[in-house]
Amino acid sequence: MPQEFKKQYKEILEKYILRQTEHNLYEGQNISRQLIQKNISPEEVISIHKASLEEIMSDLPEEVWHSFDLLIEVMVRYGLALKEHQTLIQKQQNIKMEMELAANVQQTLLKTKVPNLVDLDIGMISVPAKEMNGDYTHFLHDSTHVGIAVADVIGKGIPAALCMSMIKYGMDSLDGAETNPVIVLDVINRIVEKSVSDSMFISMFYGKYDTSKSEFTYASAGHEPPLFYCSESSSFSELQAKGLLLGVIPNVKYEQHSIALKKGDFVVMMTDGVTECRSKEGFIEQQTIMDIIENVKDQCAQEMVEYVFHKLEELQDFEQRDDFTLVIFKKV
Amino acid sequence: MNLRSSVDIISEWDIVAARQLGRNEAKDVGFGTVDQARITTAISELARNIYLYAEKGNIEIKQISEGNLKGLLVIASDKGPGIADVRKAMEDGYTTSGGLGAGLPGVKRLMDDFKIETVVDEGTVITATKWMR
Repeated sequence: MPQEFKKQYKEILEKYILRQTEHNLYEGQNISRQLIQKNISPEEVISIHKASLEEIMSDLPEEVWHSFDLLIEVMVRYGLALKEHQTLIQKQQNIKMEMELAANVQQTLLKTKVPNLVDLDIGMISVPAKEMNGDYTHFLHDSTHVGIAVADVIGKGIPAALCMSMIKYGMDSLDGAETNPVIVLDVINRIVEKSVSDSMFISMFYGKYDTSKSEFTYASAGHEPPLFYCSESSSFSELQAKGLLLGVIPNVKYEQHSIALKKGDFVVMMTDGVTECRSKEGFIEQQTIMDIIENVKDQCAQEMVEYVFHKLEELQDFEQRDDFTLVIFKKV
Repeated sequence: MNLRSSVDIISEWDIVAARQLGRNEAKDVGFGTVDQARITTAISELARNIYLYAEKGNIEIKQISEGNLKGLLVIASDKGPGIADVRKAMEDGYTTSGGLGAGLPGVKRLMDDFKIETVVDEGTVITATKWMR
């Protein structure tokens, strides 16, 4: 197989020895591309060079031919390193493909349907930083209630994603959308505490909207506080609720609060991928995020979350460091 | 045709002796310069492993033939610690190679057939063959 290149190489070499033009060098470059494609190793190339030279200038001193043998010996290891490099790249591609498959499985597994309600407009976006998402959003609903869970595993990638699956099964074990936020957090906390290693922490927010009372009830396990926008006063405030992260200790007392939502009011729930956005100048201020949201407060909730994501993406020069989840509940 | 010869590997200089023996035999079989360099590199790697990890061992070189096919068989044996995780030792990018393409995966690439038998605390026998094309 290297024989087919030998003739070609010899011609190029012959021309170059005669005239050292850029054109002849360029032909050398082109044949090197073919050699690499055909997996011809460096030591083989030198052997081709030696053999070609022997035919072109057979009267060279013996010492020159010996020097090529040394070069061949030296290049054997380069050939090995190259082959190893090639297999490692192949391996990496396989891993990447597996990750993409796993991400698909995760997406199917954690799929949640955004409920449709008459008086509540819901928008949701969740974009992972790597293939797998460590943020989790889940909706529960019946005719009069919508429950929303937003959770974030401290950490990213595969371990975080595996952890999420467990929360999903915890959520599935709950009775329905009527369940109070403190009870939801209590159940999930016990599951997480039992099954997750001490080094893994999960923050979670749970909110429940009651359509009959237009009331939003919530509790938090160390999660990023949601923003509440009061349309009457055109102002934002944080919905604070004390509570320890999930999985630290089995018995935790979570605080539960309620607010009434009036027309035009909305609640913005998020993960720290939103609040910890960084631009070149440092963290993006909460005020900036509020301003961005306020710009689009009159659009529908889905348009709002997408706008905020794209704006923050822009501010970060399109480099997303953390999983990003944003949910808006807007009273209409 | 059944020519056998071997070199005991005790000091680093024995690696050179094993290479020399391998090269002579490879030349004798009729291998070209590139294949000679490959066989010698493989022998080097095997002898070095013995020297570094088993302290004492042996490299045996044998000219072989199968029908019209001529080849060279290299047997590296030692009574060293053995290899606990062969799969890992055969993995690319594993510590002994560190991206330099050496180690056992390198030997496997340089030769045509490669076989490893190892028992922890008893030793290792690696058999590698190169056929002439």
